[in-house]
Amino acid sequence: METLEQMLGAHPFFAGLDPSFIGLASGCAHDVSFAAGEFICHEGDAADRFYLVREGHVALQISAPGRGVATFLTVGPGEVFGINWLAPPYRWSYDARTVEKTHAVALDATCLRVKCENEPALGYALTKRVLPVLIERLHACRTQLLDLYGVPS
Amino acid sequence: MALMSAHRLSTTSGCGVPADVPRLGYVRGRRSDAPGVWTLDIEMADDAPCDFAPGQFNMLTAFGVGEAAISISGAPGGERLIHTIRDVGPVSHALANLAPGDPIGVRGPFGVGWPMATPGSDVLIIAGGLGLAPLRPSIYDILARRDAFGAVTLLYGSRRPEDIVFHAEVEAWRREKKINIELTVDHAGVDWRGHVGVVTGLLPRVQLDPSRAIALLCGPEVMMRFVGAALTEQGLDATKIFVSMERNMKCAIGHCGHCQLGPTFICRDGPVFTYERMRPLMSVKEL
Ligand SMILES: Cc1cc2nc3c(=O)[nH]c(=O)nc-3n(C[C@H](O)[C@H](O)[C@H](O)COP(=O)(O)OP(=O)(O)OC[C@H]3O[C@@H](n4cnc5c(N)ncnc54)[C@H](O)[C@@H]3O)c2cc1C
Ligand code: FES
Repeated sequence: METLEQMLGAHPFFAGLDPSFIGLASGCAHDVSFAAGEFICHEGDAADRFYLVREGHVALQISAPGRGVATFLTVGPGEVFGINWLAPPYRWSYDARTVEKTHAVALDATCLRVKCENEPALGYALTKRVLPVLIERLHACRTQLLDLYGVPS
Repeated sequence: MALMSAHRLSTTSGCGVPADVPRLGYVRGRRSDAPGVWTLDIEMADDAPCDFAPGQFNMLTAFGVGEAAISISGAPGGERLIHTIRDVGPVSHALANLAPGDPIGVRGPFGVGWPMATPGSDVLIIAGGLGLAPLRPSIYDILARRDAFGAVTLLYGSRRPEDIVFHAEVEAWRREKKINIELTVDHAGVDWRGHVGVVTGLLPRVQLDPSRAIALLCGPEVMMRFVGAALTEQGLDATKIFVSMERNMKCAIGHCGHCQLGPTFICRDGPVFTYERMRPLMSVKEL
């Protein structure tokens, strides 16, 4: 059976990370799975877990009064969600709901933050991995806002 | 890399008829392919439609209203001419609302179409919005001689699930499994079980072998800019990425200069160009 350390090492988010750091992070890891349609977290809840998706897809959603629930991003194998673990106030800013049966590695946020404080090099390495994800999502979000496929008014 | 039988035109169109005089056709069918998007099935009054290469376009006339460049969206070699039109302004509105039996003017086909791959190469087709229409003939061509190509992938981004053009047909292609298909939308409600996010977000799902792949891109220019940049970052040479450009057209035969983009005329030298050639022009504002 695959160990948590191996699962983390095989995930693109951890690609190339010093094995000792993977060892440290794996102390905070859990192998988790969710049924299709299951909510993994809700907007406003404590962001107590950071998820690395291994199989399946998760829809990140926001509900707006009078406008229903909108999915703004789906994340799949090799991708992550729950970056809110890294910055105060450590709260989810969306709902995450599985589209299909999903397997992930969940990293306990408090445990990971403590390890990052104690081992700044680990914190720096993880921050360097989170930043490109943030930049990519910000860029994607801007592109979506442009409403490129709509008709210019 | 050999270009398909794309035509470089001056005063005659692809099948030798005068390029500046519309030929008469009649609308025989009209089908909705997405909100505000209509596909017309046109029968030429005098003869079969001219042969065309995937990616070429015709100038369609709505009599009494005007003329617009519209890509051919049907299969090469068909008895009828197929065009898919989005109702965005006066001419496209008039064209999209033609009813069966109505006359329509056709000039063309014009321009340089998609290069079809050297034998065995992988083809990555990336479309955004109505950009799937000019690419559909190349997909038909690939499906008709599937063995001539390596891996073929279609990545297609739309605004919302209901805006996916040719949706039923795309799903049929997916079921056939002859090409890999990934769809994404910018915005979706809870009923949509597919991908949500920008089309570049689908690229990591493609096993791209830069030594044997070509990419065909059609959609809003900003989308093609970002996809072109992402593909070159993944190692695909800019000469193997092809983009279909749009500018307002009038003569469509390289005379009036309406469609000029830097040193090139989109109607005559394009609309399909290498990304290498368009990259510097795409980043110039208001060109
Ligand atoms: C080579 C080529 C191939 C084309 N193929 C197709 C095709 O297959 N189907 C099709 O529907 N159109 C296609 N077009 C675009 C079409 O020629 C234009 O939309 C044309 O301007 C329509 O004229 P109009 O009078 O209806 O609208 P205009 O009065 O010219 O424009 C009305 C409004 O629509 C906006 N607009 C214009 N073109 C587009 C566009 N492509 N996408 C979004 N908004 C736009 C304008 O900015 C303006 O706000 C193609 C253009 C070129 C150059
Ligand atoms: S449309 Fe006249 S030169 Fe291209």
